[in-house]
Amino acid sequence: MTTNNQEEILKKWGFTPDEYHKIKKDLNREPNEVELGMYSVMWSEHCSYKNSKPLLSLFPTSAEWVLQGPGENAGAIDIGEDKVVIMKMESHNHPSAIEPFQGAATGIGGIVRDIFAMGARPIALLDSLRFGDFENPNTQYLLKGVVDGISFYGNCIGVPTVAGETIFSGSYQNNILVNVMCVGIAEKGKTFKSRATGEGNPVILVGARTGRDGIGGASFASEELDDKSDEDRPAVQIGDPFTKKLLIEACLELVGKDYIVGVQDCGAAGLTSSLCEMASQGGSGLEIELSNVPQREQNMTPYEIMLSESQERMIVVVRKGMEEKIKKIFDKWGLNSAIIGKVTSDKQFRINSNGKTVAEMPSKSLTEGFPVCLRMGKKPEYLHRLNELDLETIPVPEDYNDVLLKLLSSPNLSNKENIYVQYDHMIQTNTLLSPGDDAAILRIRETSKAIALTTDGNGRYCYLDSFVGGKIAVAEAARNLSCKGALPRAVTDCLNFGNPEKGEIYWQLEQAIKGMSEACQAFETPVISGNVSLYNENKGEAIYPTPVVGMVGVLEDINDYCTMGFKHEGDLVVLLGENKEEIGGSEYLEIYHGLVAGRPPQIDLSFEKTVQDTCRESVEAGILSSAHDCSDGGLAVTLAECCIKNQMGAQIELDEKFRGDAVLFGETQSRVIVSLPAQNLTSLEEITKKYEVPLKILGIVGGESLQIKGFIELKIETFTQAWKGIEQVENNA
Amino acid sequence: MKFGIIQFPGSTCDYDCFFALKDILNIDVKFIWHEETDLCDYDCIMLPGGFSYGDYLRVGAIARFSPVMQAVKEYAQKGGYVIGICNGFQILLEADLLPGVLVKNHGLHFLCRYEYVRIENDVNPFTHLCKKGQILKIPIAHGEGNYFIDDKGLKELNANHQVVLRYCDHHGEVSDNNNPNGSVDNIACICSKQGNVIGMMPHPERCVEDILGSSDGRFIFDSIIDSIKNKSKAAYKEIHHDNQ
Repeated sequence: MTTNNQEEILKKWGFTPDEYHKIKKDLNREPNEVELGMYSVMWSEHCSYKNSKPLLSLFPTSAEWVLQGPGENAGAIDIGEDKVVIMKMESHNHPSAIEPFQGAATGIGGIVRDIFAMGARPIALLDSLRFGDFENPNTQYLLKGVVDGISFYGNCIGVPTVAGETIFSGSYQNNILVNVMCVGIAEKGKTFKSRATGEGNPVILVGARTGRDGIGGASFASEELDDKSDEDRPAVQIGDPFTKKLLIEACLELVGKDYIVGVQDCGAAGLTSSLCEMASQGGSGLEIELSNVPQREQNMTPYEIMLSESQERMIVVVRKGMEEKIKKIFDKWGLNSAIIGKVTSDKQFRINSNGKTVAEMPSKSLTEGFPVCLRMGKKPEYLHRLNELDLETIPVPEDYNDVLLKLLSSPNLSNKENIYVQYDHMIQTNTLLSPGDDAAILRIRETSKAIALTTDGNGRYCYLDSFVGGKIAVAEAARNLSCKGALPRAVTDCLNFGNPEKGEIYWQLEQAIKGMSEACQAFETPVISGNVSLYNENKGEAIYPTPVVGMVGVLEDINDYCTMGFKHEGDLVVLLGENKEEIGGSEYLEIYHGLVAGRPPQIDLSFEKTVQDTCRESVEAGILSSAHDCSDGGLAVTLAECCIKNQMGAQIELDEKFRGDAVLFGETQSRVIVSLPAQNLTSLEEITKKYEVPLKILGIVGGESLQIKGFIELKIETFTQAWKGIEQVENNA
Repeated sequence: MKFGIIQFPGSTCDYDCFFALKDILNIDVKFIWHEETDLCDYDCIMLPGGFSYGDYLRVGAIARFSPVMQAVKEYAQKGGYVIGICNGFQILLEADLLPGVLVKNHGLHFLCRYEYVRIENDVNPFTHLCKKGQILKIPIAHGEGNYFIDDKGLKELNANHQVVLRYCDHHGEVSDNNNPNGSVDNIACICSKQGNVIGMMPHPERCVEDILGSSDGRFIFDSIIDSIKNKSKAAYKEIHHDNQ
């Protein structure tokens, strides 16, 4: 092969010379077109994590209760009483940027498949969304498309969407983030593995027929977006939630059948990845006959069949002789099932088309053979400029009422009800706490327990300090759960970053992962699954580094949880934690002063943990009327949210000796606002003393306004209206 | 006493109905696959919510051709109790077991939230344990729950007391402001002329436990259970009487 030729190949398939050399070495010859396509998708960042692998190994991934860490379709934890919680989060950013409706819909479809591929019934969806400026017409188009897509798909498969975030920032203008998390419940000891073992065992493809949609989706997901990205629309898959619902029910009928060897979802990189991963995990080989793959279109080439990302397909490997049993179950649900090959012992992944071999390589070469990219990070230049914020240069506002109303009516802090009412959040009748609180709470049937679920991530903090931002993402998620009374147990994550080939981006990724890892250690919440989405750039401009954390916590008793709204006139309002003069990186600074600058609030993880332990123990003791995490928008916004929930005011006095705007709107970490009857104060003080957590009485619940002496006096009606403002804008859009 | 819940491909509220009846109300209940045709074992047939056949073509339009639907028709003709919830209501309309149609919500969006409904008919087997004017707090979750019927049909519905529930506010006031989907006359639930077939958009199976936010759905289930008990008593008496 001439040098020119090789350069063309490298360019066309996106290989580095090293990678191409490795392929030739593994094959002992030049690869053909089908093989090039297969390597191209499997060695893309999306499937291989070749850029992030060395960093991901920093995450703690095990604990006594972790049954399955990263490496399977999804992670699993033991919650007792023979129940296992399965969870995973995944990104669908690029497809959603190009085609928001189908992009978001198939994002749900993909993550749900990972959950039932483990033999678990999906019981909850959460979505963490980032869009560009709210006012931008394109944002409105994308927002509508994504919300409609999630609503369409999630509702139709009967899985409730119970929590999430919708955040707007110019940073995501041309590269939105759609991160979807799915949680399932399985019986202990009855989960599936994704593996192909046992020579001669048949490989069965079930579900939809294979078409020409989504070809090369995984590679597309690993490139920067540009003006020509619209031309990649065929790389976006089309979702069919009805078939997915049938597939879920059919696959769940397989649970407990001893003849099932392995189950694998057919997602990114289609048959190529699902088959070679099963072979690789099982330490076996596979021989596949493509003419047996049910096809939706005529004259599909081997390349197209192997690379298609047609949705609603699964691979099942069963014990030889049990083929008919599988067929019967899938026939009942009106689904195709076809034997497309068999397990072999030679560890080779062999693809035949009408008996003729069209591709062949060692199974592990595709899944593990890629050269890992060891990169060096470089601290970004912009940090020196942005981190040195001089508070003196920021004017102190004259009218704090005005500031509070502006914050409450801002797209990031205002009411999101208009979005979440479009999601069925009640189906399956387990939802004890619906969207709009710190976390969702779901009962676990056949037990006395419940789980709490949340997602969290602050791109602005990570932009200003990726290490601290990474820690805060985990800490806030844990705080959300602790406020409800749940013990944080495990993390699934989506790491959304720019192009890691740039030193500054790699540095952000490295710092964020280090911060997250420290926090995961501190809260004993191992990372059990997740996904990395790099190359989130448009025309060379990277998004804010945005790690999104999904977290599950466990409540031992379904009745012992706490909600955020004030409930009784006369209750004391108490702060757990400490106020500090920190306004760097705050919503206030961005919204009111148009500044994204300073350092994000600092966080001491061991102190944070004691605050959370205090809060959780108080909830368990049943002495609190409400508990709410103090975060975006600071103390004033947190108090306003506590008032809005049940339309109940509060009279507050603050005696901090620093700037009023920092007192009210600074986003100091490790703080929780609780309310409780006065007679429970002694019990609360006993708990705070035990954990050495500062407690401060801020005031009393009651009246028809929120008064913060010397700063704020607003009628509930007035700020509720401001908070609901976004509804009108959306209705007009 | 035994309830049957029909499972169409794409039904999603089948298990919710099952749990409400079995776990909360301690009623014997069985799933009926949409290809079955023998319903003689059951005292009440439920058509659950969901997206039967993916809502393809038109909501409920394909499910009406499921083999079980012919049996449901015969079951209803003989006076058996049939309740359709959400997508089940849509299927009953498509199958001509109830009059009118359901179209897209006037806001064009799917809506999932608690609503208040007012009891308009309390002499029905499905609501007789309620009082006329009573208000129930009950969730809705649908994209196509906008009930429509022409003027003539509406007059007939009203004249025959076929409107069973209307959307209202928490004081019971019925107006456009508390009509979540644009339904004619705020209609949330209707029954057949004979009263033994009922269709409703709200989900009673989602509110049978206080921990879920309301247990008002029990009024509906308790009414059906009570009706079945009395019906069998009446039937027993009849047979007993005949024998004498």
